[in-house]
Amino acid sequence: MEPYSKTVMQHFMNPHNVGEIKDADGVGNVGNPVCGDILRIYLKIENEKIIDAKFKTFGCGAAIATSSMVTDLVIGKTVEEALKISNKAVAEALGGLPPIKMHCSMLAEEALKSAIEDYMKKKK
Amino acid sequence: MTKIYMDHNATTPVHPNVLKAMLPFLETEYGNASSMHSFGRAAREAVEEARGKVAGLIGPCEPADIVFTSGGTESDNFAVKGAAHALKKKGKHIITSKIEHHAILSPCEFLEKEGYEITYTPVDEYGVVDPQALKNAVRDDTILISVMFANNETGTIQPVEEIAEIAHSKGILFHTDAVQAVGKVPINAEKMGIDLLSMSAHKIYGPKGIGAIYINKKAKITPFIQGGHHERNRRAGTENVPGIAGLGKACELAKSDLESESVRLTALRDRLWNGISANVKDVKLNGHPRKRLSNTLNVSFKYIEGESILLNLDLKGIAASSGSACTSGSLEPSHVLKAMGVDAAVSQGSVRFSLGRANTEKDIDIVVREIPPIIKKLRDMSPLYDSGTRG
Repeated sequence: MEPYSKTVMQHFMNPHNVGEIKDADGVGNVGNPVCGDILRIYLKIENEKIIDAKFKTFGCGAAIATSSMVTDLVIGKTVEEALKISNKAVAEALGGLPPIKMHCSMLAEEALKSAIEDYMKKKK
Repeated sequence: MTKIYMDHNATTPVHPNVLKAMLPFLETEYGNASSMHSFGRAAREAVEEARGKVAGLIGPCEPADIVFTSGGTESDNFAVKGAAHALKKKGKHIITSKIEHHAILSPCEFLEKEGYEITYTPVDEYGVVDPQALKNAVRDDTILISVMFANNETGTIQPVEEIAEIAHSKGILFHTDAVQAVGKVPINAEKMGIDLLSMSAHKIYGPKGIGAIYINKKAKITPFIQGGHHERNRRAGTENVPGIAGLGKACELAKSDLESESVRLTALRDRLWNGISANVKDVKLNGHPRKRLSNTLNVSFKYIEGESILLNLDLKGIAASSGSACTSGSLEPSHVLKAMGVDAAVSQGSVRFSLGRANTEKDIDIVVREIPPIIKKLRDMSPLYDSGTRG
């Protein structure tokens, strides 16, 4: 298999933002065990700004690294800005992903969007 | 950091004596085994000597029934397509199992497109083919039964003799992919009723790119590679003399050490499983508890995924695999574990340790020590672990 980039391995070995947020304002849960990856992202949002993000992931090295990276990328961003984070941006920030692992970055984007949607729903 | 290799079902290192047996045919004895001059005769002699050693490991059987190929995959393709094409007037139905290597499954899918019908028989929770279900699948137009000798992922050994008997009682050819079994379990192709058998050198400390197929003289299959008159018109192409000499030597070594290595590796394999299951909760052994290759341990670590375990092990210098090396690029859970009824999430957390000559008790103890913190770290990260533990 094509090897992972240095950044992917760094995030895989020492992932940032692992855990749960008990009183999260939005939670996103995507994936299933058949495809091999489940990502859950928790967001803490104040005045439309993401002040904290945590994740729990079942999956391969790339799934863990993208979870770590996407949570890093959203902290400090407004909800509107966070919605613009694409899977490509996550993969690029990681120094690229092997082609067969690009779906992991898709899952990261979907988990983030799903967490924001959850927040929007709760807000109403 | 000392490196520990526990992926011998993927491939093995070339044994020093095998390399020594190969070198003359790369250096000074470079003749073409089809040539009549002294260079050619030296090469021919080496090829025939090796053929005898191969026949010795899976027999004794007739050396003339051994045909050299480029490896296990070619032998499997040759057996399945060769039998299908040779017997198409008799019928177009083939029976195989759900747990075969892709070297069998892909040719079967190819034949389906050519109008053949394939029945994939199920296995039980241990990955053993049910001979009764197989017998029930036999039809008047069944021409071939192909069931592997031992599974590459779990090591589970199949009731080959029973299946061969079913095949022969109905006048059906029987092929077995014995790539993982050869050199690890005693095999007598003739006595066991095997008509066709695939094997590979690099799984038994020989070089890559060379293997063989046993074709019982009563079995007529259509040649797969056309060209010159090599291998009695059964497989064209100038013989890979260094490879063949290496395969011969590897077979000789495997035969002389089969019993002692089997006892030694069984003890190491069980030490590894006992160590893992004593130190890590929620683990599952995949495969038959006893009817299993002496060197193979397939373990599911629940709530986490295999690749992330392998990457962590690799960083500690430990080489193992998840699923089979050939399918580790795919995202689907193992088709073998799926056929055994293993839950998809549990299947994703499977790791295969396959032991070999170089492994020692010390290696096992290092691996047993390194595993628990890796599993804990990954489980702490897993969303399934909460749901698994909290209900």
